Amino acid sequence: MSQSFRLGNVGLINRDKKLSFKFNGVTYNGYEGDTLASALLANGVHLVGRSFKYHRPRGFFGAGVDEPYAIVQLYRNGETEPNIKATEQELFEGLEATSVNCWPNVNFDIGAINNFLKIFLPAGFYYKTFMWPKSFWYKVYEPFIRKAAGLGVASPKHDKERYEHKYEYCDLLIAGSGPSGLASAYAAAKNGARVILAEDKARHGGTLLTSDVNIGNQSGKEWADRIISELKEMPNVVVKNRSQVFGYYDHNMLVMSERISDHLPKTKKFHPKQRLWYIRAKEVLISSGSIERPIVFGNNDTPGVMLSSAAKEYLKVYGVLVGRNPLIFTNNDSGYETAIEFKKNQIDPIILDTRKDPQSEIVDEAKNLGINIKFSYVVVAAQGYKKVKSADIAKISDDKEQLGAIENIKCDCICVSGFWTPTIHLASQSGNKTKFNEDIDAFVPGTSKQNETTLGAANGSYALDETLKSSFETGYELSKKITNNDNKITLPNVVEKKSTTHDKFWCVPLPDGKNYKRFLDFQNDVAVSDVEIALKEGYRSIEHVKRYTTLGMATDQGKTSNLNGLQLVSNIENKVVPNVGHTTFRPPYTPVSIGAIVGREVGKHSKPTRKSPMHSWHEKNNAVFVDAGVWLRPRYYKQGNENLFEGSKREAKNVRTNVGVCDVTTLGKIDIKGPDAAELLNRVYTNAWLKLPVGKARYGVMLREDGIVMDDGTTTRISENHYHMTTTTAQAANVLSHLEYYLQLVWPELNVNVVSSTEQWAGAAIAGPKSRDLLQKLFPNSDVSNEGLPFMGYTEGDLFGVKARIFRISFSGELAYEVNVESDNGNFMWEKIMEVGEEFKIQPYGTEALSTLRIEMGHVAGSELDGRTIPYDNSLEGLLSKKKDFIGKRSLTREAFTSEDRQKVVGVVPLDKKTSIPEGSHLVKDSNAPLPNPKLGYISASCWSVEHDNPFSLAILKNGKNMIGEKLFVMSPLKNKVIPVEIVSSHYVDPKGERVRS
Amino acid sequence: MLYIKCPYCGMRSQNEFSYGGDATVKRPELGTEVSDQDWDNFVYNRKSLRGKHWELWQHLSGCRQWIKVERDTATHEIFKTLKASEEVS
Ligand SMILES: [Zn+2]
Repeated sequence: MSQSFRLGNVGLINRDKKLSFKFNGVTYNGYEGDTLASALLANGVHLVGRSFKYHRPRGFFGAGVDEPYAIVQLYRNGETEPNIKATEQELFEGLEATSVNCWPNVNFDIGAINNFLKIFLPAGFYYKTFMWPKSFWYKVYEPFIRKAAGLGVASPKHDKERYEHKYEYCDLLIAGSGPSGLASAYAAAKNGARVILAEDKARHGGTLLTSDVNIGNQSGKEWADRIISELKEMPNVVVKNRSQVFGYYDHNMLVMSERISDHLPKTKKFHPKQRLWYIRAKEVLISSGSIERPIVFGNNDTPGVMLSSAAKEYLKVYGVLVGRNPLIFTNNDSGYETAIEFKKNQIDPIILDTRKDPQSEIVDEAKNLGINIKFSYVVVAAQGYKKVKSADIAKISDDKEQLGAIENIKCDCICVSGFWTPTIHLASQSGNKTKFNEDIDAFVPGTSKQNETTLGAANGSYALDETLKSSFETGYELSKKITNNDNKITLPNVVEKKSTTHDKFWCVPLPDGKNYKRFLDFQNDVAVSDVEIALKEGYRSIEHVKRYTTLGMATDQGKTSNLNGLQLVSNIENKVVPNVGHTTFRPPYTPVSIGAIVGREVGKHSKPTRKSPMHSWHEKNNAVFVDAGVWLRPRYYKQGNENLFEGSKREAKNVRTNVGVCDVTTLGKIDIKGPDAAELLNRVYTNAWLKLPVGKARYGVMLREDGIVMDDGTTTRISENHYHMTTTTAQAANVLSHLEYYLQLVWPELNVNVVSSTEQWAGAAIAGPKSRDLLQKLFPNSDVSNEGLPFMGYTEGDLFGVKARIFRISFSGELAYEVNVESDNGNFMWEKIMEVGEEFKIQPYGTEALSTLRIEMGHVAGSELDGRTIPYDNSLEGLLSKKKDFIGKRSLTREAFTSEDRQKVVGVVPLDKKTSIPEGSHLVKDSNAPLPNPKLGYISASCWSVEHDNPFSLAILKNGKNMIGEKLFVMSPLKNKVIPVEIVSSHYVDPKGERVRS
Repeated sequence: MLYIKCPYCGMRSQNEFSYGGDATVKRPELGTEVSDQDWDNFVYNRKSLRGKHWELWQHLSGCRQWIKVERDTATHEIFKTLKASEEVS
């Protein structure tokens, strides 16, 4: 198809590189440097979507970030992405896009019937219409709304693209590379400051690309190009295009999303698709420019009605005519600039100016060019359904209340200019109290809360010479403050056409007998009548009006609608705009992809994976792994077709009959040194620690100040002032912080150092009746007899030339040892244990067998020490010293903690000795009691007892002490199970603890 | 994200720190009689202040020191930071 609306030789696109793309299945051509919007317009395509509520035809309204209409579904390299603005998406070869929010297609949309049922869809229609009957909501209304609405479809596939995060620090972050951004960046950079200059578009220069100005004897664009190329050469400057600073957070932290690959058919190898920058700036300069605002008139949403600045940008940047018969509707001089550009390209526009007799250089130029200008004229309504065909226009009285006779004139586009709204989003996000500037009828930044300065058009300053002057000055002053340098740039000479004041006119009255929809918010279909209804119904606060009508709540966040909405409310309420106030701007300024926010932290990268030094051995030996916090631990070692249940049972059984070895590297380890180490332990643990001899280990329980058990583990006295503490895998980091807290803040007088040594040691638990025989062969030079290394004893040994620590401690209830070697020797140790252990029928065992062994011997662990239980609940009250004080002791005297029928850990066995008990099930007295059935306790851990060959569970049971022998029911509504059970002692194996001492 | 001056490491981003609550709460001396009320005040009762507040942060991913930070809970402004050993004035 030909690009029949493309001008010859105008614009900044690369005409040597033709690109082919598809929109709604039709193939078109464009050029490198086009956006999807400019390429479609070059092909005369104005219909791109349907509106959110009424499904009215939608075209293009803007040329950039403010676009409310042209949202498309994009297809790129086999992936799809919703919510893409055609005005921002750069064209690439093979691009495919489709319209959203229309069904079955954009030309014939069933939802458009809403347009004729407007009576049902006034302000607050969600609140009113669909309230009754309630049962209709899920079945009728919601599916209907879901089908009819929506701005695209998220891909159900895993996103294969890569997104990066980057942290950056700079002296000045400058958001926007228009005239003020370039000038301030240049001044600051020349003065030695570290500058980041960010531009959201592909091209730098902002309005300099489209305005007819001269700076230092160069055109605006030439000057911009020169400044950018100079800045890019400077080592203290980072220049970024396609980068939107979208959020301004506390302490001058800003977040920017950089689109690295979105403009390419395919992401390059080793490149991310997007990069999110977290920038901490000493000073922030906001040079985000301003957005033209529309004038409100009848059917002002018809495709072909667009901002006059957008029409100029399509013409000057892309060489595209948005129409051949343009009507310019303006209340200020900006519309004239657009008209002049049309005229220069042999197009005859008509200007309707709401002003009576404006006098300025720009108006004179338009007159001199012979442009047809109608003063005191307005567009009453656009005519045409899928595209503007003509306009009803009329003369307007000086008081702007009375319309003259309606005339109809032919046109194919209406370019609207209702003056400019500064883009104050970033300033507002930073906490700046914005103020209303009557001269421009808009809010501008007021007092800064953070180190932020707003420049140029974003600050309501529209004259170029003024903007450049203040921007050079600000860039220089701020950089001087930071660098103490004093290099000042001389201001270039600026030539621009002078403009005159705008007309405070923003909404055309309805002619008698007509009921045209006059839209304020184009994306959410909020019309003047909706706001009127909201006010009639009693809504007063602008925040409430916004939510009730959804004004400004669409994905464009009201960039083109907020101020007109405020004007309307203030007119009806007879207030001035500043008294109506405006709603708060919140990040992000523009939509940011979820992928960019998540960055690399997806899948396995969402957290680090920690592996023990023996990991590769486990892998080679068919370990099935399980996540234990951030660690990967073998759950069981699969033999043949074994499942988890069979494999773990075999492993646990082998520990009870022969000997097993378990990788316990993941246990938290803390090295404690210093003359007051024993005193620290004595305060932190509930039992006594002052008399533990060197070479002995002790089991300890530590509490939080509120009396709840925090963690348990063994601590060994390695030498006089040196202890080795172990914690559970899960609590390792918390326990270290806990110790540091008390040492640094509460008892700084204690002379103790603590440091994590978890990663320095590899650990192997050797458990089972044959473990001593194995140990003796591993350490032939050590005395590991019951006398030489008794239960809770510690010694150091030589493992075939490797130094090892040997602890006689047990988690399984069997005779057991734990051997630690330096991490680098972990694999060596493991292989030696397996090699020497062969004659004792050694088998490795995983966490499932480990759990089985500890559950059936009644050793409490994480599922009982779950942050809700006190020592008594875990039958650990014997470890509470009566003689000394310790952390949390005072809380244990609280009434609830001392009540007679306090919960306690018990064992649970199903009466049929067969049915497995789901963890988390409730214990009740009567399985048929009416709901809510009083709950007596819960199952904390379940296993298949290898000792008794039947299911066994631990439970935390109310009055557990007196419940042994009782018959209760286990109920699991989730699994739909009711199991009759008997309560037994939690020590189901070796209740006297003889094996560990044997 | 806050920017916190660790007295040992200098200006660091908030994601290196963990929050530790009110810095003015004093733990009762070990081994002393403490009334129920005093103990409850120490363990549970905290003022939810709007405005200047001395609080504890630990420079977890840095020097691991617990530090005292005077912050405005409404505006996030940080006025002063102290070492654990320094008294809140
Ligand atoms: Zn630090």
